[in-house]
Amino acid sequence: MPKQEIRNKRHEARMHLSILPPARILKGGESPMIQIPESLKTLLLDKKSIIITKWFNYLCHEYPDKTVELLKSDKSQFANPVGSNMHDGLQGIFEELLQDMGFEKMHIYLDKIIRIKAVQDFSPSKAIAFIFILKRVIREELHSQLGEEVMYKELAVIEKRIDDIALVAFEVYSKCRETIYQIRIDEVKKRCDISERINTLNQ
Amino acid sequence: MAKTPKRDQLLSIDYNPPKTGWMDTPVDFKPGTWCYPGKAESLEIIDFPNPRKWSPEDEDWKLPENWKQIIFDGLRERLERFRSLKLFMDICVRCGACADKCHFFIGSGDPKNMPVLRAELLRSVYRKEYTTAGKIMGKMVGARDLTEDVIKEWFYYFFQCTECRRCSVYCPYGIDTAEITMIGRELLNLIGCNTDWVITPVANCYMKGNHLGIQPHGLVDSMDFLVENIEDLTEIKIDPSWNRKGAEILYVPPSGDLFADPGTFGIMGQLMVMHEIGLDYTLSTYASEGGNFGSFASMEMAKRLNAKIYAEAKRLGVKWILGGECGHMWRVVHQYMDTMNGPADFLEVPVSPITGTKFENTKSTKLVHITEFTSDLLYHNKLKLDPSRNDELKVTYHDSCNPSRAMGLLEEPRYILKHVCNNFYEMPDDTIREHTFCCGGGAGLGSDENMEMRMRGGFPRANAVNYVHEKHGVNMLSCVCAIDRATLPPLMRYWNPQVDVCSVHELVGNALVMEGEKKRTENLRFEPLGTEEDDDE
Repeated sequence: MPKQEIRNKRHEARMHLSILPPARILKGGESPMIQIPESLKTLLLDKKSIIITKWFNYLCHEYPDKTVELLKSDKSQFANPVGSNMHDGLQGIFEELLQDMGFEKMHIYLDKIIRIKAVQDFSPSKAIAFIFILKRVIREELHSQLGEEVMYKELAVIEKRIDDIALVAFEVYSKCRETIYQIRIDEVKKRCDISERINTLNQ
Repeated sequence: MAKTPKRDQLLSIDYNPPKTGWMDTPVDFKPGTWCYPGKAESLEIIDFPNPRKWSPEDEDWKLPENWKQIIFDGLRERLERFRSLKLFMDICVRCGACADKCHFFIGSGDPKNMPVLRAELLRSVYRKEYTTAGKIMGKMVGARDLTEDVIKEWFYYFFQCTECRRCSVYCPYGIDTAEITMIGRELLNLIGCNTDWVITPVANCYMKGNHLGIQPHGLVDSMDFLVENIEDLTEIKIDPSWNRKGAEILYVPPSGDLFADPGTFGIMGQLMVMHEIGLDYTLSTYASEGGNFGSFASMEMAKRLNAKIYAEAKRLGVKWILGGECGHMWRVVHQYMDTMNGPADFLEVPVSPITGTKFENTKSTKLVHITEFTSDLLYHNKLKLDPSRNDELKVTYHDSCNPSRAMGLLEEPRYILKHVCNNFYEMPDDTIREHTFCCGGGAGLGSDENMEMRMRGGFPRANAVNYVHEKHGVNMLSCVCAIDRATLPPLMRYWNPQVDVCSVHELVGNALVMEGEKKRTENLRFEPLGTEEDDDE
């Protein structure tokens, strides 16, 4: 194999990031996005801190007790990267949920959490189950404020949005897993390329 | 009448894992979390016991019949030989300072990756067998019997430690969990439980002098290819010598850098520097490996494989040895080589023939790190540089575990980087220098079948890189370890795909203005210099 061809092959292997095309992001506008009633939005924003804390606690308790101590600690984002990224992700998801459901941003915030869980000891369903926990947390927080009937009607809007987020989460998870598999394939290909190059040079 | 469950009870999913104590939580060998076992043929080459075909997923690991006795005898022997081991077994006070410092614990959330618990895996058996309290009170004092499940647990967790020693920095007693892991792996070797990613390179190195098993003509041809690349870039023909008796210096790089990108670009940079200053050096096809996977298997194997470096230096009659950008090589050199393979009394205390600097710190081993050598050249203005050739790159530096923690090499690579590129940014303080986070693939864990595990372990490092990427636009992660150059690219691809990986001397090679060179239009990767063409967006 000519020398330039070897160089080209190496260059292609380096440039081919094999990042899959971005998940088909549901853009606001593809289907009409029902607006959250202002009163509910205000209520949820007031309770944002408690909701995020509770939601985060649920996430942390998916890990063993000793790990929960670290995740909940106030250590820096570098000493506790899993806890920090999870917290930042949850915060971002919640904010986007209440605003325009900016799905590109939603993708980024979901990725902060799911990319970690995709390589940990979580099954696919457990990795994205945290999305649905938000429904439980919101219901628990608002139960005392709103009557049963009112809550059901208004929460339907929020929970529809959470379901949409879960669909995006599924795509994010798949993308992460496919990246792992592609990395593995490319590692094996790299080993083959090296062997091929050694054989070529020996000719 | 039957009670109808309420709405919330109907779909109750328990998100909490079962709460069992660490001794009662079994290991689950899921794909992606363990390395393939050592091949029987490789074990036979190096005379390691119990060569056979087996898999960690099997119920029966085909251990020798007297495996328990073998382990206890092995442990007793090592307790008698190594005072450090005896101390580490007895001295831990469970202060917890190490607990959240291990990158594998941080990234996986598995408490048995806390250094204190990793040590307990061995300590609990030691206590039951060798201490009165352990024999009598058992689990109450953290003692347990040695069973096959314990062996499986050792295999799972001692091959989740990259021996990076970050934990030892924080331990008030200086307990070195890496040494406990080394002992754990030695014991597992006694009954034939090892990984192929360690054992086959060891067998290759034993037979052919390097981990890849490349024969002399393959090494020479590969170097010739790199030399041709340099000539195409600069119109300067470099002629490195091999096995040349009477050369002043023996140069020993890690063999991976001769074949695997991006290490190849680093070797090119090193060759260019050595040519530019007219250094009298030789490579060796016999001592063609700076690295030492033997150190991931056992001390005896480390000694066997390392012996060739001094043996070759003696045979060729050189004055001292220059080592390349390798990681664990320097832990072996700095911490073990003197005792294992020394004294190197046939060599001289290294003195740079260019600057006259006497490398006092290498008085004993007679080995100088290439970044020590090059930074000394830069200090004395012996190299002409044009750092603007690296302006497209926003560079950060990853302190590889072994050169930094095991050797103390912290400033020299930084000194070089600040001279050869204009855009250098440090990662946060608690993630660099002696606090550096491992790449997640060292100590023989850099295989592809445990990719999920590597991504977990490397996450703290990737998180810090992401910080400087977002803050400063960092797009290049430099390092001085060949394993890092193999393991960091996949890590970046998963966590920070806009960040590439290079060796420090690749940037030196880019910036170096050589006498008589043609105008440089491309970098060492044959990418155009100073254009927007390489923008991946």
